[in-house]
Amino acid sequence: MTNFQAILYLVSGILFILSLQGLSSADTSRRGNLFGMVGMGIAILTTFLSPKISHYFLSFLAIAAGGGVGTFIARNIPMTALPQLVAAFHSLVGLAAVFVAASALNAPGSFGIGSAASIHTSSLFEMGLGVAIGAITFTGSIVAFGKLQGLIKGNPLQFAGQHMINAALGGGIVLFLLLFMLTQSSFVFWVLVLLSFALGFLLILPIGGADMPVIVSMLNSYSGFAAAGIGFTLGNMLLIITGALVGASGAILSYIMCKGMNRSIINVILGGFGSGASAVASSAAENTRPVKAGSAEDASYILQNARSVIIVPGYGMAVAQAQHALREMADKLKAQGIKVSYAIHPVAGRMPGHMNVLLAEANVPYDDVFELEDINSDFSSCDVAFVIGANDVTNPAAKTDTTSPIYGMPILDVEKAKTVLFVKRSMASGYAGVENELFYRDNTMMLFYDAKKVCEEISKAL
Amino acid sequence: MTSEFEKITQNVIGSLKESIEKLSSLSKAVKNMEPAEALSSVDPVIMFICGFALALFVGYYVVWKVTPALHSPLMAVTNAISSVIIVGGLIGAGAAASAVANTFGLLAVFLASINIFGGFVVTIRMLEMFKRKQ
Repeated sequence: MTNFQAILYLVSGILFILSLQGLSSADTSRRGNLFGMVGMGIAILTTFLSPKISHYFLSFLAIAAGGGVGTFIARNIPMTALPQLVAAFHSLVGLAAVFVAASALNAPGSFGIGSAASIHTSSLFEMGLGVAIGAITFTGSIVAFGKLQGLIKGNPLQFAGQHMINAALGGGIVLFLLLFMLTQSSFVFWVLVLLSFALGFLLILPIGGADMPVIVSMLNSYSGFAAAGIGFTLGNMLLIITGALVGASGAILSYIMCKGMNRSIINVILGGFGSGASAVASSAAENTRPVKAGSAEDASYILQNARSVIIVPGYGMAVAQAQHALREMADKLKAQGIKVSYAIHPVAGRMPGHMNVLLAEANVPYDDVFELEDINSDFSSCDVAFVIGANDVTNPAAKTDTTSPIYGMPILDVEKAKTVLFVKRSMASGYAGVENELFYRDNTMMLFYDAKKVCEEISKAL
Repeated sequence: MTSEFEKITQNVIGSLKESIEKLSSLSKAVKNMEPAEALSSVDPVIMFICGFALALFVGYYVVWKVTPALHSPLMAVTNAISSVIIVGGLIGAGAAASAVANTFGLLAVFLASINIFGGFVVTIRMLEMFKRKQ
């Protein structure tokens, strides 16, 4: 019986791997998602088959209720709010891990990890570790959700001694984890949970909104490791395998995001990026330089006379809900025989791949959308670069100015295009608080408009 | 009504279990080999660590193959499958003798279900957008 269950769990683990593998291309991705759902179904049914389980009704009810809530939210969430949705979902995994551990602590016999009087020491260690990661994921994700949703101020919050406090909390968690192994006391367990809640909260609080793509990926990885930790506690290979898969995935995404900003993960976690007072001061000094500003009619004239146009969208485009208007503008250009493509910087949205989803939602064909390394060499041969809602990711200072906070960050080489059309509401600087040298170039024309409005007006003039 | 529901599910699942047990006892009868002694002396924790390490490698290679355009669906899917932690919740809710353990288990089942359905449904929505247009 248990052997049979183990085989079924293995099948669902393999289906999970296949579901991730399906995402290697858009054509196989839907089949992959189906594999994931089937795998989850098998996992749940297999658990119900376990000889230990004797009550079903309330579990079915809980699944139906949770499933209803989840489906409702997922069907109605706007795609711009995807990052906060994912952050909220991560928090639920973290909290579920805490509850599973609490349940196992109260009935170790049913989970097969020992008796009420003595749980195996190794199980206690795994339980404590799993619950600590789960609790950190829970509060950390709540803070990330709050920042992305705009409930908590996005700019980095720093206070004196915060690293000391975090280190003390970390030490406390290790201490209580050891105590928990020795005493198996539920009081120690809950202290461990509370300390981890506090650490998760304080770890993410000082991190600025611009770093949220890294944080969301990092919490993704934590939620996986929390599941793996619980898997070790319960001796369940499926949880361990799945947790490792998710943990690896989140870690890779964090790495890609960090590389996209030329920052180390340590640097991100220590926080405070984008609060630099020096950067703001230097921009004030340069503000008097002249820029060339144009109207939507000027822009449409330039675009009409181009042979190839590369559009560089940023998060500002999504905020202005301009993606549909932008696609209509691009359609008109294409109808005139102009080649239109889109260039996506790795950190263009608020989570990995966010910009691609937003463009796909506006029916932009994904064959027109290119990643940074695939399109960067095309700027030198293109007639117009149309930058909309992006800023720092086009700043040439990242290549030349060693004192710039964004020095070393890979950027899109828009300055190599014959003409740069730069849509912006004002001369304000981007996240990093850095002046963009590009505004003052001879081949740059600033379009001081709302992103959606400018696309509509250009479309009209075409 | 509740008790009837329990009875029916218990009947269905009971007969499923029975047939599986028959199958496995049959396979045991056929199998006359002694258990592999080399393996039985390995602590199960070590086996779990092996599984964990291998899965990390599989995850590493599979995830690098994911096209960057689909990184958001990747996050939603990994989020959904990490809720396989529901397995632990189901054991707590259905097997444990203590009411406290049952309650915590049910709460975990509820939260994980939100995630499972939410994660998969939002992924379906996203992937529909990436469908090739004719």
